[in-house]
Amino acid sequence: MAENTARRKLPGSLETNRKLSQWLDINADGTVNMRPGKIEIGQGILTALRQIVAEELDVNLNRVKVVTAVTAMSPNEGVTSGSRSIEESGSAFRYAAAEARELLLARAGAKLGATLEQLSVSDGVVCARGGASVTYWELTDASLLDREATGEARPKPPAQHKIVGTAAPRVDIPRKVAGLPVYVQDHEPSGMLHGRVSRPPSYSAELIGVKLDDVRAMPGVVAVVRDGRFLGVVAEREEQAIRAARRLAREAKWSEKPTLPEMNPRYLLDWPEKTEVISEKKGAAASAGREFSGEYTRQFLAHASIAPSCATAQYDDGKYTVWTHSQGIYPLRGELAPALQVPPEDIVVRHVEGAGCYGQNAADDVALDAALLARAAPGRAVRVQWMREDEFAWEPYSSAMVVKTRATLSDDGRISAWHLDVWSHGHSSRPGRADDGTNLLAALHLEKPLKRAPAANPPLPGGGSHRNAIPIYEFPNQRVTNHLVPDPPLRVSSLRGLGSQTNVFAIESFMDELAVAADVDPIEFRLRHLVDSRARAVVEKVATMANWKPKQQLAGNLGRGIGFARYKNLAGYMAIIAEVELAETLRVLRVWSAVDVGQTINPDGLINQMEGGIIQAVSFVLREEVKYDRERVTVRGWDDYPILSFAEVPQVVVGLINRPELPAVGAGEGQQGPVAAAVGNALFNASGVRLRDMPFTRERLLAAMAA
Amino acid sequence: MDITVNGRFLSVAADPETPLLYVLRNDAGCKGVRFGCGTGHCGTCMVIIDGKAVQSCDVPVSAVAGKSIQTVEGIGTLEQPHPLQRAFVEEQAAQCGYCITGIIMSAKALLDANKNPSDDDLKEALSKNLCRCGTHQRIVRAIKRAAVEMRKL
Repeated sequence: MAENTARRKLPGSLETNRKLSQWLDINADGTVNMRPGKIEIGQGILTALRQIVAEELDVNLNRVKVVTAVTAMSPNEGVTSGSRSIEESGSAFRYAAAEARELLLARAGAKLGATLEQLSVSDGVVCARGGASVTYWELTDASLLDREATGEARPKPPAQHKIVGTAAPRVDIPRKVAGLPVYVQDHEPSGMLHGRVSRPPSYSAELIGVKLDDVRAMPGVVAVVRDGRFLGVVAEREEQAIRAARRLAREAKWSEKPTLPEMNPRYLLDWPEKTEVISEKKGAAASAGREFSGEYTRQFLAHASIAPSCATAQYDDGKYTVWTHSQGIYPLRGELAPALQVPPEDIVVRHVEGAGCYGQNAADDVALDAALLARAAPGRAVRVQWMREDEFAWEPYSSAMVVKTRATLSDDGRISAWHLDVWSHGHSSRPGRADDGTNLLAALHLEKPLKRAPAANPPLPGGGSHRNAIPIYEFPNQRVTNHLVPDPPLRVSSLRGLGSQTNVFAIESFMDELAVAADVDPIEFRLRHLVDSRARAVVEKVATMANWKPKQQLAGNLGRGIGFARYKNLAGYMAIIAEVELAETLRVLRVWSAVDVGQTINPDGLINQMEGGIIQAVSFVLREEVKYDRERVTVRGWDDYPILSFAEVPQVVVGLINRPELPAVGAGEGQQGPVAAAVGNALFNASGVRLRDMPFTRERLLAAMAA
Repeated sequence: MDITVNGRFLSVAADPETPLLYVLRNDAGCKGVRFGCGTGHCGTCMVIIDGKAVQSCDVPVSAVAGKSIQTVEGIGTLEQPHPLQRAFVEEQAAQCGYCITGIIMSAKALLDANKNPSDDDLKEALSKNLCRCGTHQRIVRAIKRAAVEMRKL
């Protein structure tokens, strides 16, 4: 008889990493190892995943140890991004741990002579009804989990959860506040050297010539590397490497060309594009009404991680070890291999935590820098940290965007037709995303450069440039068109929320403008077009939290506005009310938020993510833009790219709607668009001034007020 | 060159112009002092020198000879945390945490000099520190909690 070879579809990342032993070890010493392929970037994911494992196994949280991701050992979970870790890794661990528990109970039943129904578990101690007991730690051996997951074990129903849903403290915080060496920036193998790269002054710069001899003679210099446009140094001490790299930069002569567009996102409208209608609805013929339109933009944004990117690499006998804070160790290895001209098996990539990155910053780029410099100093580890000016000038930014809207408002105060067009570059240049080529920076600067991969645009339903471009509101007639501009003038990749920040800013600003035109309170106007009950619930909750009064006009220069979206139109629901004050500058004083991300794994972790996302989103909309002239990115430091300071952050309140019966989705993103719109709408409420170009700088405000 | 870090005497073979930051990290082994910008704009490298919060990336090592330098490692440990470190854990006042050690040092310099700081004092004391994750309000809560604890000591 032919065996049925069709494999069962397994939950989350178990589907592609099917062996239970890839995920978990039950150890005889009373501990449990878990091996996530996802990584910690300050979002608290490892704490949440530990809660899931402890819950399903029925063991105390402190027994569960996390093994950090490393190629060849950890499950390949691709990239930690898009707020998908709870879905992908969380589901895998939930089912793997539930199955491990069943296997242990089967062994316990055999040993104690009891049926499964007669067994109960408490912190790894299995008790039979008669009182006999045996522990997981006695029952385990190497063969226990050496099998493929069946996916048939049933996880606990939420009503039985004791650990999931509680505010378990983050495992990483005590070590971080003690100043222990937890980051890749702190990693120091013995005998480690320091490397630095001297980047070209601009994207288009060609190297005319460089004198290396004087740099080689500098104190502590071990190696000077020139490979095409890639220039770098290795030195005994960090400050020696920095001095040598600066000297090397001065010794290099470059020729530059004005290849960049004017610093106005509307250049996108004139560049070659690929056009795609992504939503079309033709309902009843549009009734008579008034036509409105709007145009919204934002500049390139930087991740601006507080820590410049860093990696350490060692080269021994043709093989590399790389310590990195990349969000995807396997995809990174896949692109390091052709750049270093070795097979992937000759590279071990080890994840070590970095600072918050909020998307793809230069983490992957610096890993290749470190490997290239390590090759020049075989047998010793080489640590490379980018200088602040390199991080600002060379990180892959989030694309500039333009959104145009047009709508018909019928006489009954409803929107009868809606058009939205979005122009943007792609929103991902992560390793492994392109079929061909790479975006690792140094690989493009080598004497024999690798082919540059185009910026990828994650497809719908999640989407990239078109993330959240399709409104969640119900309109009888609708057309949404994505204009993807494939060839970006600056490096681009993913930043928290991708295109949703601008798309939601446009949709939610325009909704407010239409509400004003219809002479209807903006919350009432939204609810009028919202069918989804979870969407209505967050909007209503945030209105209650802020004590919103219809058509309220606050005293003085204060104003309030709302913004709302369901992230990716398929994940978390977030509604935001911002209160602003327009005085010398525009300040955001308070933000209320209501969030529904299905089942809450860790309420305090969720609140922390919401608060952070909101404060950062306020910074985005008020302040942030990457400045450039026709040749160069001109941002060098925090003075050129100011972010919100302690004196300027709003007070943030978060309200949770927990739905234990629904799947848990991520909460790391989704605040960006609703916050931007809420701030813009609050500004209008305060002053009658409508800003449609982000960021809301003082110059823009003054110009709009004068108009 | 001789310096004193967390009460420990240290002889350093570095060029006198070397920023103190690299000496603290690479010679004194104080990795809790972190590089963020190298230009005194972000506060991740904050240490306390003779009672004052100072950005160590901005000070040549030659300028601190004979002075007493305190880093985050010198105020408490994982096992015996300083009240500030304990308060940051209790308030879960970190996301990525890279900025936190510098912020704790700014806060310590403040609380050592002023046991009952106002909100404005706090903002002033943190005006040199950046946090990119948006953990500001938890950080402020943690410092206030620590201030209460420290007044009891």
